[in-house]
Formats: sequence, C-alpha cells, structure tokens
Amino acid sequence: MIRRLLQNPTTLIGAILCVIVVFGAILAPWIAPHDPLEQNIIDRLQPPGGDYPLGTDDYGRDVLSRILWGARISLIVAVASTAVAIVVGGAIGMVSGYIGGRFDLFIMQVMDVLLSFPSLILGLIIVALLGPEMINLVAAIALTAVAPFARIARAPVLSLKERAFVEAGRALGFSHVRVLFVHILPNIVSEILVMGSLWMATAVRTEASLSFIGLGVKPPTATWGGMMRDGFETILDAPWLSIFPGLAILALVLGLNMVGDGLRDVTDPKLAGT
Amino acid sequence: MTPILEVAGLRKHFTVVKGFPRPVKTVVRAVDGVDFSVGEGEAFGMVGESGCGKSTAARAVLRLIEPDTGEIHFAGEDVRAARGASLTALRRRMQIVFQDPYSSLNPRRTIGRTLTEPLAVHGIARGTRARSQATALLDEVGLPESALDRYPHEFSGGQRQRIGIARALALKPQLIVADEPVSALDVSVQAQVLLLLKELQKHRGLAYVFVSHDLSVIRWFCARVAVMYLGRIVEQGPVARVFSSPRHPYTRMLRDASPIPDPSKRGVLPRVLGEIPSAAAPPPGCHFHPRCPRATEVCRTTYPGWEESAGHGSACHHPHAT
Repeated sequence: MIRRLLQNPTTLIGAILCVIVVFGAILAPWIAPHDPLEQNIIDRLQPPGGDYPLGTDDYGRDVLSRILWGARISLIVAVASTAVAIVVGGAIGMVSGYIGGRFDLFIMQVMDVLLSFPSLILGLIIVALLGPEMINLVAAIALTAVAPFARIARAPVLSLKERAFVEAGRALGFSHVRVLFVHILPNIVSEILVMGSLWMATAVRTEASLSFIGLGVKPPTATWGGMMRDGFETILDAPWLSIFPGLAILALVLGLNMVGDGLRDVTDPKLAGT
Repeated sequence: MTPILEVAGLRKHFTVVKGFPRPVKTVVRAVDGVDFSVGEGEAFGMVGESGCGKSTAARAVLRLIEPDTGEIHFAGEDVRAARGASLTALRRRMQIVFQDPYSSLNPRRTIGRTLTEPLAVHGIARGTRARSQATALLDEVGLPESALDRYPHEFSGGQRQRIGIARALALKPQLIVADEPVSALDVSVQAQVLLLLKELQKHRGLAYVFVSHDLSVIRWFCARVAVMYLGRIVEQGPVARVFSSPRHPYTRMLRDASPIPDPSKRGVLPRVLGEIPSAAAPPPGCHFHPRCPRATEVCRTTYPGWEESAGHGSACHHPHAT
C-alpha cells in the first residue's frame, strides 16, 4: 500500500516535505547552527547569508535555528491534538452511531453546536481561559476537532451495524463492546486516518494562528506563528523574519494535505486502480 | 416427536414516526401473533411473500430482534426471560445462517479468526486447539484447511455461505435459523448448499427454522411448513399435504404461481390478483380477502379462527376441501 501511495507524484512531494520537517525537528539539537534562544545583540537583524543562513531577528537570534526548533512545537501540538481528537471524537461517534435512536440524535446535536464555533474562536476562548501552556493548546485544538471526527466515525458505523456479520456476532454471544471495537472499528480505521492526516494540517495552522496572536506557547520558546508575529513589526526592513517561518508553515501544511489526499485516494475502494 | 422450540403468540410491531411539524405514527405489524413448534432434528419451513414477517419471526426467536409479546421456549427454557449469562448459554445452542454471504463475514478478518473467535469468547478452545477445531469445521462444510488464512473477498458466494455455515456450527448448536440461506446463490450452487445443510441435519441431528420464499426449496428441504401472510400464519402442516392439497386459498395461489419444470403439465395459470397489502394497514377481517377468489361478506369483517385436523391447520372461512 505504501508503494502505491508513493507512486503518485503529488503524494511523494508531500511526503518529502513532511519528512524534511520531521527530520529537522528531531535533529534540531545537532543540525541547528546556533542556540535558538541565544541573543547576539551585535548581530541583530542580519540579512540571510554568511554565519546566519536565514538571517537573525530583533534580538540577534538565528532564524534557521529557531525554525528548526519551532518545528518541534508545531509537530507535537499537531500530532498530540489530532491523536486526542481521534480517540475522543472517534469513540463518541462510534458509540453514538452504534446505539442510535434518541441518544444518537442528542449527541450529534451537541456535536453540531461544537461544529458551529469557528475553530480559531473556540481555541482562543479555551487558551484565554486556561492560559497559554502547551497542554492547553493541545486541548483547545483537540476540542475543535472532536466534532468532525465524531461525524466521520459515526457515518460508517451506521451502515456497518446493519451488516449481517454484526448480527452474527450478536447471535454468537459477543458483547456489544466486542462487536463495536473488535469487529466494526477495523473497518473504519482507514477513513479516520485519512481524516487525521488532513486534520493535522489544520492543527498546524491553528497552532500557528494562536501563536501569532500571542496565545501560543509562551516566548521566548520558538514557534513559527510567534516568529511571524515578531517579524511582522519589522517586515519592511527585515522581511526574512516573517517569510521563512511562513514558508515553513506552508511547507508542512501543504505536505500534510498532499499526503492526506494521497491516502484518501489509496484507501477509497471506489477510486482504487484509477 | 419432542419439540425443541415452541413459539406461542409471538408479536413484533415496529413503530415508525414520520413527518414534521405533525408527526404521523404508523405501526407496522411485522409479526402479529404467530404460533409454531419445531421438533428435535426437524426442518421447519416458513414461507411467504417478501414483507410477510417470516424473517422477523425467525430473528425474534433468537432475540436478535426483541419481540413485543409471546412466549419462546427452547428445550424447556424460557428464551425471553434469559439475561446475561443464560442468554449467552442459549445462544450457543441456537445459531443463524444469513441470506447475503457478502455481508455476513467481516471483510477485515481471516476465515480462521472468524471461526476461532466464538470458541475463544465462549471459553471452548484457544490457540492451536481452536485452529484444529476450525479446520475440522471447514472440512465439514467441504473447504480446505488453506482457507483459514484467507480473507472473505477471496471466496465465491457459495464458498462464503459454507463459511457462514461453519461459523454457525462452531458452537455445536441444536437449532439453526436459516434465513433464506440459498436465495442469493446461483441455482447450481443452491443445490450444493442445500445438500450440505441436509447432511448436517443427519449427522448432527440439527433442527432448522428454514425461511424461504422458494416453494420448491421448502418442499425438498422441510418436513413441515408454515405459510405466512401479513404477519400471521395462514396454514401450517406437513409439507407434502400443505402443497399437494392446500386448504387456504393463499397457499393455493402461491403453489400455482411457482413454475412447473415440465411444459406438458403446464396449464393456464390462474391470475395472481393484486399486491401484498402494507403491514401498516392490513385489511379488516381476513387479511387476504381483497385478493381471494373465495371471499364472502364474512371474510371482510372477521378474521377466521384456526382450524386443525391431523396436524394440518389453516385460518380460513372457506377452506378448500382436502
């Protein structure tokens, strides 16, 4: 399946972009030319080149090093919040769809209410209430994704629970928990994972947006959104401060979306072989 | 003949609420008071047009659909009162084979896992012992051991139906509810699967509740048959007598509508009048009277009582003489 996935050139480019970012994040302590927090006032606002490949910021910190370290924050927040959203939202959707009836109706109405909040506003409210810690950031972004994952998980359960193999399981004396999580779950995993890879891109964007308005992980920790914000003030004199972190966000979001699209094409039986 | 399954007054109504802002409540009387019993090792047929409630009745026996009222006794035990562990124990003894072999197997599980899982859940066997039992089950339904590690999509419809049967046999049941087990198969494969079921009946002493709309299959497979119409049994008795000299005009109509393979014996078929009415609004009186050639005034007002002689009964005001 992975080979088929990478045969598509778009997916391949997306995968390469993602791999670059992931390696950059993992290897940051070794490949970053400078300490991301080290201030070097003499070298402040240096243009790209020489000792500082992507220039330095207002405090003389190396932009490339900060981008590499910032990738960690972006990836951790994106992966953790998506994982939480998959587990919580997926479980809610599956149980709701399986039980059905009024319970399902109620749960889905609640999800619709949640869905009607713009995700940035919802994240903003939560972070503003709980404070700009990484764990709150993860919780906030996860919460915005719970409703879509609940919907994605519920829809296939509705049709799968009517299949005869579910009834056969009941007739064989399997518990509802077993039927739902051992028999139905493996049939919806691929759909949820596709959604997960696409949603991770959204999570990266939301995290960057929150950091941009000052509600992300607290400075001086390097985050892409925060770097764009800092560079915003001197954008006419030192445009590289905003452009490079922006390009990093673009690369990761684009990469994740491309991989997500590829995954969807590979796992969708209707598109298989086309 | 000692009955293994006794069903009395079985009833299942479905309520459908539709419409906004003024919802209209419709009650569909899928099964409306059904009595029958199945002897040990006996094949009992249920026949009728689609929508007559035969599948619902069969599923209600296993409590896959919870019946509204009625009594179900399996080998003396009250099925409807069973809860928890006793229900699980009862389910070991009654199993079901489905119509559609394509949806009855989990596409993501190998045949081996499908067959060994019930053994593990009921604490019968695990690991290699479970695997050898699964091999024996496959052998019993005529499939090779190599099937164990393959997935459902690698098999044909007939083979999948055999796997479904093997799964039903895994817990060594005494009764199998077969819900149209061959209707989805090619005619050539139908015969093989029917022969297999018949053989299992002989070797394992299995009793069947065999649901079908195909009279020729019922005639070949079953000893006794119940003819259902709109949620009720209209005629019941030994297969040979019910089909050779039907008492109820509906049974006669069904029989005459099924094709005869010999062209020289083919007469002019009587016209089948009308469609089966909706179970949500059954006609008053005898449900069959709008389509019945023998209907009189009394049929329009009162539902006929059950009359039985020598194990062959029917519910009709004007039965055909036997």
